[in-house]
Amino acid sequence: MWLAENIVAFRTIVIKEIMRFVRIWVQTLVPPAINAFLYMVIFGTLIGSQIENMSGHPYIEYIVPGIIMMSVITNSYGNVVSSFYSTKFQRNIEELLISPVSNFTILAGYVAGGVARGFTVGALVALVSLLFTDLQVHSFIHMLLIMFLTSTLFSLGGFINAVFARSFDDISIIPNFVLTPLTYLGGIFYSISILPAFWQKVSLVNPVLYMINGFRLGVLGESDIPVSVSYLVILAFIGVLGYWAMWLLRHGVGIRT
Amino acid sequence: MKALSIRNLTKQYDNGFQALSGIDLDVAAGDFFALLGPNGAGKSTTIGIITGLVNKTGGSVEVYGYNTDTQINEAKRCIGLVPQEFNFNVFEPVREVVINQAGYYGISRREAAKRAEFYLKKLDLWDKRDGNSRELSGGMKRRLMIARALVHQPKLLILDEPTAGVDIEIRRSMWEFIQDINKQEGITIILTTHYLEEAEAMCRNVAIINGGRIVENGRVSELLSRAMSETFVLDVEDEGNQDELVLPDYTINAREPGRLEIEVPKSQPLNRLFEELTQKNIRVQSLRNKTNRLEAFFLNLVKTKH
Repeated sequence: MWLAENIVAFRTIVIKEIMRFVRIWVQTLVPPAINAFLYMVIFGTLIGSQIENMSGHPYIEYIVPGIIMMSVITNSYGNVVSSFYSTKFQRNIEELLISPVSNFTILAGYVAGGVARGFTVGALVALVSLLFTDLQVHSFIHMLLIMFLTSTLFSLGGFINAVFARSFDDISIIPNFVLTPLTYLGGIFYSISILPAFWQKVSLVNPVLYMINGFRLGVLGESDIPVSVSYLVILAFIGVLGYWAMWLLRHGVGIRT
Repeated sequence: MKALSIRNLTKQYDNGFQALSGIDLDVAAGDFFALLGPNGAGKSTTIGIITGLVNKTGGSVEVYGYNTDTQINEAKRCIGLVPQEFNFNVFEPVREVVINQAGYYGISRREAAKRAEFYLKKLDLWDKRDGNSRELSGGMKRRLMIARALVHQPKLLILDEPTAGVDIEIRRSMWEFIQDINKQEGITIILTTHYLEEAEAMCRNVAIINGGRIVENGRVSELLSRAMSETFVLDVEDEGNQDELVLPDYTINAREPGRLEIEVPKSQPLNRLFEELTQKNIRVQSLRNKTNRLEAFFLNLVKTKH
């Protein structure tokens, strides 16, 4: 009975979350597609035509997986942080808190909403990329699994950010000052093999590198990192952030007085 | 059967403010109960703890026998809450607000849609079902929160100042609805309100909370019997000299041609007042009770306990 009720509650949260970003599609779905289009025009076609192959692939082909992943990361994070913070801000979090829905269901519902947005945007960006290159998929399993896990990880990050946020400014600090630099330095536009040895080692500290390379392996069959390491790193981060998010919910941090 | 049983409930906020200092409270199943108190007395904190929105510092709460420490989900299923402030997603359509709330209680979407239709129709919101909830008037928003609170069919409905800012016509219709569900469906009602005439007219039992403590608790009729005085407005036909009128046992609060406002101690029967006025050639044509008796009692109590 308890499980059945929580499955219904989970579905309710997920439907609500999907309806939210679909209702405001001009804000949530169009901008990432336009951004990706511009990246591909400028870096892929204009500048990329002056660049020799990267790891044996035409430059536009090389950067497409990174651009898809960048969209997945920023949109998964952005969806959960803005949605959950708005829920707190408008106090409709109380609808959930007074009901018997479990903390895990709340977290899973919001994360699933973030994953849904990440996948929707990822699919749109992939469609945009078809205007520039033939997207060959090396391994659907790796591609989808890495995308799913990365989206889950950043949805958890967005949730934790929203729990601590006290103003709308607080929900833009991490995306602007942490996520964007990590994503750009995570190998979207280059292989770390072209970096000096020291910077190659520094790059290995960046967790986004493992996600982009794992995804690139799924698409191109090409990666700077062994895919098993990518999975381990992503799963480890999911474990830590998932535990943290559950702890915050259990103790009512930021949502109960 | 007790709908609510609270023992030694305490709450101290992180900033050190002691909101509740050991509250004991029982509400019988089927009761229409008023929880009254001035702003900051601890009403909303108490409601927050009962509903799981506020973490308590100490004590225990049982809802229909379910302890909120050990059987929180069972307790939550028994409670419907109409909060003081609008707290639904204003960008969601009206019907979605109700259906989603049902979903959080594990009610399937199909069943939730049926119940949403039932309650939205009952509360005259069915015509607005597909509109954005932010487009509703204040009174409609209040009714939407009532529909949302009832959709999982709770046994205990807590209304935290539900008629604040609502015009009198809508207020009356809301109270009729609430009284109906109390009488016909046996739903226990706990009400906080600043309109004390509402509490006096509708509630059978009352607790008054002040400074984080329950300072009075009992039947409304019993509390009213302890009120010290009442003020009456009398329309009079003055054949004597009303300006020089002196009534030793009463206080005349205001006098104007054809009208007197007199405070009558509980110890003095009204008949005696009429007799004295007649002796002074003042004939009473009509009278009405000026003050709400519960309000007078409440103000007196809050003043003396401070």
